[in-house]
Amino acid sequence: MEIIILLISISLFVAVLFLGAFIWNMKSGQYDDTYGPSVRMLFDDKKKKE
Amino acid sequence: MSALIDTKVSCYHCGLDCESDAITLGDKHFCCHGCKMVFEILDENNLCEYYSYEKNPGTSLRFVSEESYSYLEEPTVKHKVVSFDSPDFSSVQFYSPAIHCISCIWLLENLQRLSSGIIKSEVNFSRKQVVINFNPSVTSLAQVARLLASIGYAPAISLEGLTKPIMDRSLVVKLGIAGFCFGNIMLLSFPEYLGQDGSEAFLKTLFSYLNFALVVPVILYCGQDYFINAWNSFKQRQINIDVPIAVGLAALFLRSSYDIFSQTGPGYLDSLSGLVFFLLIGRWFQSKTYESLAFDRDYKSYFPLAVQRWAGQDWTPTIVYELNPGDQIKIRNMEVIPADSTLLSEEAFIDYSFVTGESKPVYAKQGDLIYAGGRMVGQPVEMSVQKKTSQSHLTGLWNRDVFQKDKESQYKKIIDRAARNFTWVVMGLALVTAVYWYWADATQMWLVLTSVLMVACPCALALAAPFTYGHMMRVFGRHGFYLKNADVIERLAKIDAVVFDKTGTVTHGASDVDFIGVLDDQELGWVRLLTSASSHPLSKLITRSIKTHSHLIINRFREIPGKGVEGTIAGHHMKVGSSAFTGFADTRLESSTRVFVSVDNEVRGYFRVTTATRAHVKELVVSLEKKCVALLSGDHATEENRMKELFGENATLKFNQSPHEKTDFISDLQKTGKQVLMLGDGLNDSGALKQSDVGIAVTDDTGIFTPACDAILQGDQLKKLNIFISLSQRATVVLKLAFGISFFYNIIALSFAVTGNLSPLVAAILMPISSVSVVGFSAIGINWIARDLKK
Repeated sequence: MEIIILLISISLFVAVLFLGAFIWNMKSGQYDDTYGPSVRMLFDDKKKKE
Repeated sequence: MSALIDTKVSCYHCGLDCESDAITLGDKHFCCHGCKMVFEILDENNLCEYYSYEKNPGTSLRFVSEESYSYLEEPTVKHKVVSFDSPDFSSVQFYSPAIHCISCIWLLENLQRLSSGIIKSEVNFSRKQVVINFNPSVTSLAQVARLLASIGYAPAISLEGLTKPIMDRSLVVKLGIAGFCFGNIMLLSFPEYLGQDGSEAFLKTLFSYLNFALVVPVILYCGQDYFINAWNSFKQRQINIDVPIAVGLAALFLRSSYDIFSQTGPGYLDSLSGLVFFLLIGRWFQSKTYESLAFDRDYKSYFPLAVQRWAGQDWTPTIVYELNPGDQIKIRNMEVIPADSTLLSEEAFIDYSFVTGESKPVYAKQGDLIYAGGRMVGQPVEMSVQKKTSQSHLTGLWNRDVFQKDKESQYKKIIDRAARNFTWVVMGLALVTAVYWYWADATQMWLVLTSVLMVACPCALALAAPFTYGHMMRVFGRHGFYLKNADVIERLAKIDAVVFDKTGTVTHGASDVDFIGVLDDQELGWVRLLTSASSHPLSKLITRSIKTHSHLIINRFREIPGKGVEGTIAGHHMKVGSSAFTGFADTRLESSTRVFVSVDNEVRGYFRVTTATRAHVKELVVSLEKKCVALLSGDHATEENRMKELFGENATLKFNQSPHEKTDFISDLQKTGKQVLMLGDGLNDSGALKQSDVGIAVTDDTGIFTPACDAILQGDQLKKLNIFISLSQRATVVLKLAFGISFFYNIIALSFAVTGNLSPLVAAILMPISSVSVVGFSAIGINWIARDLKK
């Protein structure tokens, strides 16, 4: 019986952490431009070559 | 000697066909000096990687003068434009319509390699914006703007654009929270569905209290808009879809709270949170719009932010709204005149294409009144302001009543009519049920009454419209037809009159030039030589139309404004210009679109410049059948015959229409009971677009200026307009069928509720099934009706 209460507390706690992370992502504008970052990572970093 | 060269080379920078082989650099060809210049800038700074991400990524360069953007130096203007300012760090956000590909992102994020004052730049691709952090002690705001313009990404700066609200993120946050709570409540409700024995009574209580704790943010935060909207519409004595939703949510919450705290049952919290979650998905689906397109621009985003005003000793940039009658201003080539003014300089050419639709520049002499909205062509001139910007001839259009009204609020949507009837039926049913149970079993009355209100919550009904119209809108978007919002589809379905604007809508920006007369290739080359030296728009058109090149030198070149150009080439005296100038005897038709050519004072013929009609306009007019009503043109009637041929005998053709007359024509048509669709493209159509039931802006480049409208249609998709209208009608049918499905589920649920048999499990099963089937039906339905478009 007690183990259920413990497990539920842990699962809810972890879930709330993820929800918090999602809200933080959203508010800081990480989802505002969904196209840019996907191509930005493909650019070569010229400075290293030079 | 002349060389005959026929080239089909595309510009290395922008991909346009090169008209001559004259502009090359190494093995690379360029269509104009602008493109070559950009390439040189990039080449010098080792930024040619730009060309490796996309083929021909550039855009053809528009005019940038050295003094452009100098108004950004003015502190009052600067403060409005920058988002952060300090002595050694400034941040500015520019909207640059030219951003269109991966190369653009790459180049704009490497700006610090072009100018040492730039610290960092970042592109938001979907909004076509670039945020630039720079050091104001090294570079200036105006220099940053000029740098962008010099590489082909001229920022569009207007006071209007500065107050653009940032995207509303709260809906997605609400959706996330509702989804989180819905999932967890379902999990905790599961034991209840499976049935428990008495030994776990403690867990049961614990779970229901946990559920209650989880549902509080759902009802108070995620669902708050429904209560607010319902209250607002209630205050206006109207019933919209939010009223039954709010009643249903409140009934679910109160009944569940009672059940939980009196420990008589587990409550319906899973249904409640699921309901809010699905409703928010519907809202989110509907709210997705085309962020990079602007549907609400007025003249302010087109007019310059500031002009040069004489301040007693020197010229200083002044914000246009601070101009007063009597002020002296200086307007340079390609600048827009911000207020009705009289000309102080001797003469000027004004391009009124945005005001009247007339494409040929108008000649003005000293003392003439020049209307705001005209674009200066040629040498800088001075003017004296006559009226404030907001009261000028063109801008006065925006003071009319039509701009104060909101189209959406006037139109009664299908969903609201359905919701009103639905609400009355449910209220009546709830009353009858309550009365019946009061006599049959009074203790059950409240339970049954709340059950009826709970299942009557029109979740599936509320989802039908966003998903049906949302899908339709996306299908349209894939075919170059971008709607401002999904509600436009409903109005589009009812259209029975279509009004066309001529210039830019029926006719194309590009012109056809053909020569009527006798000239050999060598002489054509000479004509080209002459016209290429002139900056007059007609000269440019003629230059572009001639493919023969001559590399001789012109002697005694002279350009006489309003008349033409002349010069001596290889001993022959050439004149290109008006009939009087070239000595053409016949002056009966001083047509604006004829340019005469004479060689050694002998008239050889003339160039006829006609604006090309868009492809398939004839087919469109035929397919519209009786819907097609009128053509309004701000231009004079020179092309009346051609248009009559195109539109047939039944259509009304009106020429010389002012922007005000266009607006009045639409409202007169509406008074006869017609639902009017207006197709236009310029500022001069703004009033008509706003007055019409559906205003569509036709454009070839969605990045450039489009007036306020309900939808933006790509020029090459104009022929599909009739298909779009009939698809909208069919989408409305799909919506009504989806309503039928949703009512069907409501009836099933109500039959449980009125008999007092609605268990939490039944509610938890019915609610998602009804929503999912409605959403699925509308998606399949829209794809089915849209199959015609794919051909």
